[in-house]
Amino acid sequence: MKQFIVRRVGYSLLSLFLLSVTIFLFVRVTGDPTTLLVEPGASPEDIENMRHQFGLDQPLWVQYWLFATSFVTGDLGQSFYYRTPVLELYFQRLPNSLQLAAVAMVLSLLIGIPSGILAAVRVGGFWDSAGKTFSLLGLSLPQFWVGLVLILFFSVYLGWLPSSGSGGILHLLMPAFTLGWYFAAAHMRLTRSSMLEVLDSEYVKLARLKGLPEALVIGKHALKNALIPVITLAGINLVVMINVAVVVETVFAWPGIGRLLYEGITFRDFPVVQCVVVLGGSMIIVVNLLVDILYAYIDPRIRLES
Amino acid sequence: MANKLLSLENVSAHYVSQQGTRVVRAVDEVTLSLDAGETLGIVGESGSGKSTLALTILRLLPKAARIVGGRIMFEGEDLVDKPAAEMRRVRGKRIAMILQDPMASLNPLFTIGDQVGEPLRVHEGASRSSAWQRAIDLIKSVRIASPQTRVAQFPHEMSGGMRQRIVGAIGMSCEPRLLIADEPTTSLDLTIQAQYLDLLRELQRTHGLALIFITHNLGIVAKMCDQLAVMYAGRVVEQGPVSRVFSQPLHPYTKALLGSIPRMTEEREQLTAIDGQPPDLANLPAGCSFAARCPAAFARCQVEAPPDFTVEPGRSARCWLAAPTVHASIDQTIPLSRSAAS
Repeated sequence: MKQFIVRRVGYSLLSLFLLSVTIFLFVRVTGDPTTLLVEPGASPEDIENMRHQFGLDQPLWVQYWLFATSFVTGDLGQSFYYRTPVLELYFQRLPNSLQLAAVAMVLSLLIGIPSGILAAVRVGGFWDSAGKTFSLLGLSLPQFWVGLVLILFFSVYLGWLPSSGSGGILHLLMPAFTLGWYFAAAHMRLTRSSMLEVLDSEYVKLARLKGLPEALVIGKHALKNALIPVITLAGINLVVMINVAVVVETVFAWPGIGRLLYEGITFRDFPVVQCVVVLGGSMIIVVNLLVDILYAYIDPRIRLES
Repeated sequence: MANKLLSLENVSAHYVSQQGTRVVRAVDEVTLSLDAGETLGIVGESGSGKSTLALTILRLLPKAARIVGGRIMFEGEDLVDKPAAEMRRVRGKRIAMILQDPMASLNPLFTIGDQVGEPLRVHEGASRSSAWQRAIDLIKSVRIASPQTRVAQFPHEMSGGMRQRIVGAIGMSCEPRLLIADEPTTSLDLTIQAQYLDLLRELQRTHGLALIFITHNLGIVAKMCDQLAVMYAGRVVEQGPVSRVFSQPLHPYTKALLGSIPRMTEEREQLTAIDGQPPDLANLPAGCSFAARCPAAFARCQVEAPPDFTVEPGRSARCWLAAPTVHASIDQTIPLSRSAAS
């Protein structure tokens, strides 16, 4: 188990390094940030001064070295635009993203797992078709459109829910559903297919041959096996949800890190973009690691093979 | 027939496609019977309907298949029209079954003790701790060393032979009257096979249970079984006491099967392979389904399927050659030859 963890941590660090190099280079392809930041009519010297101030006049590898070394010490630099430490900005916004993702995750599991089980048990029946339709829509409808339609119905026509901003639980419902639908669809489909595979297994056949009630066959023998991949996916998706809510947060003016990233890209605010992406990536990497370990804990076969 | 433990009368189970246009006659007009404590071997090649027959008896056919006719009398009750809830209480309690793949038939996420004790908890309402204790006894009874440790282990910590013993222990847990073993030794190596067969025989003797042994290994039939039924294309083509069928096979298919086993006694011997393929069960020929491969087929075989001729008590064959008098029967109609048979 110890060796297993050490190896996984090694892979994780390698992924993090590759991610930081990639985002560092990509963000610099978007153009020169100083042209957006200087006042109109600024002289070439002023621009050059600003480039020097941000360290953009140095060779790329030097810039990366400075970025990487200060990242290791926990310093992610100052925002070009706000002129404040980016971590401060990030941690102001993060709780909102966490809140949104948590509610969206709960919704997606509450919808996805039971409907996936039902679809698998009644394969080919009404509930299977209903589930397929629901998940097809969830996966293919663009989130900005779902968000706008929800606002139209629940805010404009019915006046039940606030259309934007943060505050109480009412503010959360529409963004969480918009974000959660896609993931509910993903969780439903995975639960269904993994359940179908397990229901076809010999041990489920033996459970029936033992004369177990169908509820026990499905709820105990099939479900625990079928949920293994769903747990993996949900764990990763939770972190994905925190980090990919850019569109949803923009539509509902939800002040999370997705909006921060969107603003950072608009202003070519390199430190902000780097911060959001690298921290988001780290989160995904850490969760992958934790899921692997949890997975090994649930499934005794993995525990021993490593 | 009254004192038989299990008797199947003209049981048919068919797979029907969703449109209802394609019907696969997986089990067709099967008549069989078994006394308490007796062992019946069912042999036949892959796809001949052996496993489907076993699942038919337990009413656990896949969704696409259903029992379309016949009666399955078990301890005086017809299982065919038993309500689902009562049928569930027959499974594992009065009729148990061992599947062929020991590596796949145990749930990887639950302990051996949990899985062995489960039927006791469900059928006899045993508490968690008493089911655990009895699981230890059962594991001991299938001759697994240190049952106290084994009971808390997971399936992946055991060898294939041990797992198949565990599956056997699960089958025996509620002391069933009938155990159906579907090729239980196919995936085990030879020495383990022999041990496992000995174990099954011992369990059978001590518990007085009847055994249906599904196999394609005639050597195992000779060793284990009292009665033999040979299946071909969903039908029982010949049945009778093992010694009689082996010494005097009536059906050309049985003869061919017996001719395809290598013997150690003679120096060199031509093994006979059976030419051709079994027929498509969705599109059976008009006559005898073995006619196309049969070395002894004659004109009538192509046009008319032979009924089940009873040759002597407990011994029958579906072959015109087994008709009471072959030449006379050529002109007989089927109802007549049936009455002659019964």
